[in-house]
Amino acid sequence: MDRQITSFIRALRASDVRVSTGEALDAARAVSVAGYADRTLLKDSLRCTLAKSPDEAITFDELFDSFFAKRNLSSADKSDSDGDASRDSPSGQPDPVELMDSGDEVAIAAALERAADAVDADDIRFSTQIAYYAQQMLKQMGGEKLQERMMQAFDERSEEGEAEAERLIEMRRELTKRARERVQRSYDIFGKGETEQFRNEFAENKKLSAIELSDMARMKVLVARIAKRLAVKHSRRRRKKNRGQLDIRRTMRANAGVDGVPFNVVWRQKKRERPKIVVICDVSGSVARYVRFLLLLLWSMKDVVPDMHAFAFSNKLVEVDDVLEDNPFEHAMDIIIRVAGMGSTDYGQAWSDLKKDHEALVDRRTTIIVLGDGRSNYDDPRTDLFRGCASRAKRTIWLNPEPLAAWGTGDSEIPRYRPYCSTMSHVATLRDLERAVDDVLSAYS
Amino acid sequence: MTKTISTGYEPMTSIEAITSGLESVGYISTQQISTAVFLALGLRKPILIEGPAGVGKTDLAASLSRWLDVPLLRLQCYEGLDEGKALYEWKYGKQLLYTQLLKEKLNEVVGDEKSLESSLAKLGSFEDLFFSEQFLEARPLLTAMRQSAGSVLLVDEIDKSDEEFEAFLLEVLSDYQVTVPEIGTIKANVPPIVILTSNNVRELGDALKRRCLHLHIGFPDHKREQRIVQARVEGISEDLLNQMVCFVQSVRDLDIKKQPSIAETVDWAKTLLLLHANALDERFVKDTLNVLLKHESDIAAVSGDVPKLVREATNGKPAYAGQITR
Repeated sequence: MDRQITSFIRALRASDVRVSTGEALDAARAVSVAGYADRTLLKDSLRCTLAKSPDEAITFDELFDSFFAKRNLSSADKSDSDGDASRDSPSGQPDPVELMDSGDEVAIAAALERAADAVDADDIRFSTQIAYYAQQMLKQMGGEKLQERMMQAFDERSEEGEAEAERLIEMRRELTKRARERVQRSYDIFGKGETEQFRNEFAENKKLSAIELSDMARMKVLVARIAKRLAVKHSRRRRKKNRGQLDIRRTMRANAGVDGVPFNVVWRQKKRERPKIVVICDVSGSVARYVRFLLLLLWSMKDVVPDMHAFAFSNKLVEVDDVLEDNPFEHAMDIIIRVAGMGSTDYGQAWSDLKKDHEALVDRRTTIIVLGDGRSNYDDPRTDLFRGCASRAKRTIWLNPEPLAAWGTGDSEIPRYRPYCSTMSHVATLRDLERAVDDVLSAYS
Repeated sequence: MTKTISTGYEPMTSIEAITSGLESVGYISTQQISTAVFLALGLRKPILIEGPAGVGKTDLAASLSRWLDVPLLRLQCYEGLDEGKALYEWKYGKQLLYTQLLKEKLNEVVGDEKSLESSLAKLGSFEDLFFSEQFLEARPLLTAMRQSAGSVLLVDEIDKSDEEFEAFLLEVLSDYQVTVPEIGTIKANVPPIVILTSNNVRELGDALKRRCLHLHIGFPDHKREQRIVQARVEGISEDLLNQMVCFVQSVRDLDIKKQPSIAETVDWAKTLLLLHANALDERFVKDTLNVLLKHESDIAAVSGDVPKLVREATNGKPAYAGQITR
């Protein structure tokens, strides 16, 4: 397959566009049908075969432009034939001084391209490697010769010598600059995506309480991605037809009019419950950060789980569905904290409010998710009410931001609630949240 | 210029030919769309079209079939769609009816036979009769394979079908042949041009995505939209056309729930024509806004801006004229 195409596909993969081998082959075939001559045609055909969603199409467009801009600097054929010639020749490298003196931009660009190839500049992963690769390229282009001539010029100890040395230093600087630019381009195409992936992975496993404000934008993107992943997983399999299993009773009834001869057959169907989620969040200071992420995640999945209700409390339980529905998320979160976040935490009050005002919400297909540390300021935890709710629900999941060791210390009532929960787990990272929500939805399949 | 290819569909030899061919039946194509169609033929692959509702996804298939003069077979997907509805089914009722009738004749058929074995053998020879072409109900997929001159197979809203159906469809589309166990394998003489559309109700499986060419059709730019309306609505004046397209394009930039698509623009053009409007004016626009916008809240949101937008649209070229599709 064409080297340009493979290299471009590698760049795409580095930018988080998944390209399978089959697609790569298709792309090559598409190019063989469409040809290289027309650039927009090339772009359109490659986009058809390689970009599989609008997001990927955007990435593709950006990458295509920068990638083929780079290649055009040295027309592909020329650099290839040149490259082979110089590699075969015994002298190996061209003289950089001659090259620069000639002022032949095309030749210089070709030489840079060759050097970049020789040091595998396209393998760059981190921005910190740019200087290193630039140095390697300079060396490849005969930087040592340049150095030698520079020393010679100095050694002459004459005015001309010094002037010559000045000139060479300037040349070296220019060459370094160009090499750096070349590596920077490689980094933009191949490295950035991977660095980004690395950062994302890191952020997913970072403690939510330690996320800084500057990272919020990235976290939002990540949460959206997780929500999409979960939505894909759980939105399919909604109804299962059980073909092959005859529903005899209904078939007989349906055919009573034709003397029981089964003209219309009725198959059994498996019923599948729709998930219903009631999420109850403690929004007192210590837990609020986690609530932000949990609600963001759950609300991004509203399409998959339309039957979702959110409550926030520190002592009085407040229904926050409307707030989340009507406001942009960041703003909604501020409102929620302002409305519900004041006052000292009282879990007992929350349970009694739930029972009093919203008992009907909890039925046998409801999953209750509680996010809180269970620190109730030594008030009555009302475990009786909690038990009542939990027993009516399908499952009760308690997510606790505190580590296991802290459960039950001081005013934490966690051990008293624990017997009534289906699971009680420690959530600290985005990963944990994803796992918890996945678990909730899996119970409905 | 691109290479010419032979595909079984005579007129489609180059991208330019596709563009002009589609235009001749009233479909204004873009380079991207034509390229995708061209590649679909060259690589023998289905095209998966995504994009907002009403931008001409389904219409592309219909236009192709009209232009090439081959039948259009449409398979509308829905939750619970299965093989029986998509590929073929035995005419169960007819089979049953025939057996009921034959029951009476059973004695005549096996009359002479003495032993159970020989009568079974005799009955067995009739078995094939009940599973023959006569009792086969062909559904769109099978029908498409049987067209000798090729066809356009439109699998509409594939995202609404179930995962299992998707997998099944893949199997059929990978080698363009169908096996009916009782009859044999039916292979398409000329493979159909397959077009799948998706409104992104759910994410499609990777396997399906991998096997398709991807085409995203977005909202058209000013020039293309104008040409489309011109092709669809007869007798609309140049001025009105220009103004209303301007108006629609700027409505799309507003923050509304559902942006008006081409279908709505065309409807609106027809409406305005019916009302004998010669130029856009505030009153006309306000009265007919419900043709363009389908949500109460959107209408309310845009109503306030109508005077400004109409002024912009009627005062010649707006600032963004020529701006490209998003």
